[in-house]
Amino acid sequence: MAVPDPVLRRRRRVWTYLVLVGLAVFFLFPLVFMIVSSLKPDGQILSDLGGWRAFLPLGDISLRNYAGVFDRVPVGRFLLNSVLVTVAIVGAGLVINSMAGFAISRLRWTGRGVVLSVVIATLIVPFETIAVPMVYWVSQLPTLVLQHGRVEYDFGWLDSYQVQIIPFIANGFSIFLFAQYFSTIPTAIDEAARIDGAGWLTIYRRIAVPLSGPAFATVAILTFLPAWNQYLWPSMVVQDENLRPVMVGLQYFFQDNTAWGEVMAYTSMITLPVLVVFLAFQRAFVSSVAASGVKG
Amino acid sequence: MTAISPSKTRVAAISSPRQRIRVDLRAERRAGWAMVAPAVLLLAAFLIVPVILGFVLSFTNARLVSPEPIAFTGLDNFVRAFTADPTFVRSLLNTFCFAVVVVPVQAGFGLALALLVNQKIRGAVAFRVIFFIPVVTSIVVVSILWKFMYQPDGLVNSFINSITLGAWQGTAWLNNPSTALAAIIVLSIWQAVGFHMLIWLSGLQTIPGELYEAARIDGAGPWRQFRDVTWPCLRPTRVFVLITITIAALGLFVQIDVMTQGGPVDATSTLVYHAVRMGYHQQQIGYGSALSLVFFVLVLVIALVQRFLTRDKDSSHGRA
Repeated sequence: MAVPDPVLRRRRRVWTYLVLVGLAVFFLFPLVFMIVSSLKPDGQILSDLGGWRAFLPLGDISLRNYAGVFDRVPVGRFLLNSVLVTVAIVGAGLVINSMAGFAISRLRWTGRGVVLSVVIATLIVPFETIAVPMVYWVSQLPTLVLQHGRVEYDFGWLDSYQVQIIPFIANGFSIFLFAQYFSTIPTAIDEAARIDGAGWLTIYRRIAVPLSGPAFATVAILTFLPAWNQYLWPSMVVQDENLRPVMVGLQYFFQDNTAWGEVMAYTSMITLPVLVVFLAFQRAFVSSVAASGVKG
Repeated sequence: MTAISPSKTRVAAISSPRQRIRVDLRAERRAGWAMVAPAVLLLAAFLIVPVILGFVLSFTNARLVSPEPIAFTGLDNFVRAFTADPTFVRSLLNTFCFAVVVVPVQAGFGLALALLVNQKIRGAVAFRVIFFIPVVTSIVVVSILWKFMYQPDGLVNSFINSITLGAWQGTAWLNNPSTALAAIIVLSIWQAVGFHMLIWLSGLQTIPGELYEAARIDGAGPWRQFRDVTWPCLRPTRVFVLITITIAALGLFVQIDVMTQGGPVDATSTLVYHAVRMGYHQQQIGYGSALSLVFFVLVLVIALVQRFLTRDKDSSHGRA
């Protein structure tokens, strides 16, 4: 029987920590480099590259690059657009997908099986495969516009908030997660509520939703990241600077002479809020991702 | 409780119990459809219609802005892709090449990380969080950062230069056709491996501790424990991880768009990048859709493989 002796065990532990710390450095250095560089003038960023100074905020440290970003692009507007789009996608998605999940998991109605299979089938369609036909499709869709105080018809969803939001609200995976979660709540509760005369919407709102905090948190987290990080789609359908989200805003920095200090300041500005949210809710993040893998 | 009083009066108005049940079922059916309708309509409009549209457009010469009417052209787009578009063929090869390296390396690296942070040691959670940080960082930001680091006078070359004491100068990683794809592979693994670490980790945590105890009593060392307990028990997780990495790898796009635009000389062009380039930038919607369809068929085949492998689950559990 193999009982590792204490010396061997301690040595193994030291090695484990060395490996872990080495890996931590590997995973963190680009981000540390980004934040540190965002504080330095361009000349110093380049001259510091040779050694440890690249990772340390030493020398001519200032927030000048951040101020420069505001001069170069309407960064406040980009951030506002991204916040708006993200909040709308996550908020509307929570309502619509949870209602669908509720109807699929707890109500008996004809067509339920078909709807569930279609929802599951949508999971295997990567967005990239429909991006090209989708551009064509949204460019043909009708839209209502307010013109000179009158509501009028127009065609084409390009350059709008709705084109960034509406296609991403319904999500097969969210529906699936909600349906799974709701089905774990005992149905006896529904029956009791029905006998008390509650309608299905009331049961959903007063019983299912309050009992499903973890499911809502999971879906919120899993839809928040892709919504904030949208890139391919808005770079195709949003040309209007006033409507562009943060990731597409990066394209403004690459002209003749890239000002790397400002690029790093901008990327820090659009990354740090997400990192803060992640660190604050890391436990919920971790269990959300774990939940997304359980379906395998 | 005031909100529910109207339906109470309605229920009271119905006389026989059978009638009440029928009304109830009808109400349930109506409620079911009403609650699922918004999601179904949106999925239909922004997923199912585009899929069908993409399929139909694949067989036409549609362009985004064109005075001419759309014409049906049969398999022309597909014939063109495989015979008259060397960039497409190159993109397909690049995509396979990327997947062939990324899938095993990322899966293996992710598993190694999961095993490391699954130990009962102080700070395991902190390391888990650190390894996951690149995953929450946007791939656009990550691509720009690494592009900066890969420059000829960038961080990567400075580092190589200083650890080899100047013996090796490095190269312009992204401008060199023989290193560009490899450079993109490294950052792609760096960015996403934390995600798969977590999936592995959730798989590891479903393995009952008694199995390890029993193995230890039988005198199994760490390697035997891994081979005879961990590995067989991870089978469902393994399938899931491999499939998700494969599909993600085939969809490689943002890194290319941000870092190299498919260059140099098509060395990093990929299936999705080429489809977007043709379908959107060159406005050849029909041709771009055809290329997307090729990608979709690949994904579909992989998804079917997954179904096959996970369905097979029970018959091959005997090894443990």
